[in-house]
Amino acid sequence: MRAADHSWLSLASRWVLLLLLSALAVGLGYAVLCLSSQAPGLGERVAENIETSGVSNPVTAVLLNFRGYDTLLEMGVLLVALLGVWSLGSIPEQCESPPPGPVLNMLPRLLVPVLILVAGYLLWVGAYAPGGAFQAGSVLGAAGVLLLLAGWCPDVRLVGLPLRIVLAAGLGMFFTVGMVLILVGRQLLEYPPALAGTLILLIEAAATLSIGITLAALFLGGRPDKERLRRRFSH
Amino acid sequence: MSHVFLYALAGVGLFTLGLYALIVHTHLLRNILAINVMGSGVFLVLVALAGRTPGASPDPVPHAMVITGIVVAISATALALALMLRVRAETGRARLPEEQLE
Repeated sequence: MRAADHSWLSLASRWVLLLLLSALAVGLGYAVLCLSSQAPGLGERVAENIETSGVSNPVTAVLLNFRGYDTLLEMGVLLVALLGVWSLGSIPEQCESPPPGPVLNMLPRLLVPVLILVAGYLLWVGAYAPGGAFQAGSVLGAAGVLLLLAGWCPDVRLVGLPLRIVLAAGLGMFFTVGMVLILVGRQLLEYPPALAGTLILLIEAAATLSIGITLAALFLGGRPDKERLRRRFSH
Repeated sequence: MSHVFLYALAGVGLFTLGLYALIVHTHLLRNILAINVMGSGVFLVLVALAGRTPGASPDPVPHAMVITGIVVAISATALALALMLRVRAETGRARLPEEQLE
């Protein structure tokens, strides 16, 4: 397997490749070293406007307020990736992993409540310290992956419309807030400073839930089909 | 300030390492992992260069960009893995057709 993996490149051409890539690395390294060692960046402008953003953590302010449009589209990317995975087919019929052992059976019971708590904490703390919707969402996603690895079957009644509503909630909330702001005469996602903190928390809460469930759904590797779910988890 | 460039150069190294693996290997899983290593290199360069501010706190804009980038990378990886599984289900091997000729 290893030999076959490399056989398409002869030894000589691999040396040429190494040489070319070394040249690339040296060029990129030189470009990096040519940059001045002091650069103010945009930190000062963020600090000047942080009062109006509704949060005091500059990264959250950039993500959800100053460049909220990026984050809105990013939620769209996440959803489109999931749609892409779903369009490839339903989830595989048989589970290829062996049935969970005693450790994997016990671990989620202890860990998942803690992970949910940590996700809530990260979501809340993002307003003034490192944290936020994406960190909280990935912790929630990890909890979902752990549950799926341990052989937990999602309730078949939930995989239809309720699942889709939760998946779209992040993008939907973002979009709704943006549209309402346009209707009251502001720009898209130009929050009024007095309400900015609340709106950001609202969007982040919906985004956290969506990101977590999307990541867990991506891990399933296909569209959750009710019949297949029943068969797969019937043992 | 030199540790900023140490991290940035490490990022360049990761990028080149990933590019080498991407070219040399034909197994799709290895290619997906190689692209992820390349992406991590780019993120490392961005985060490292954000630390060049005169004050104590780094520039928040590249940090926010990296968070965005990580989420996009995760979703692209998941889609790539699903495509790879589909290729394996169709052809029996996790390689692209033109690379199965020899």
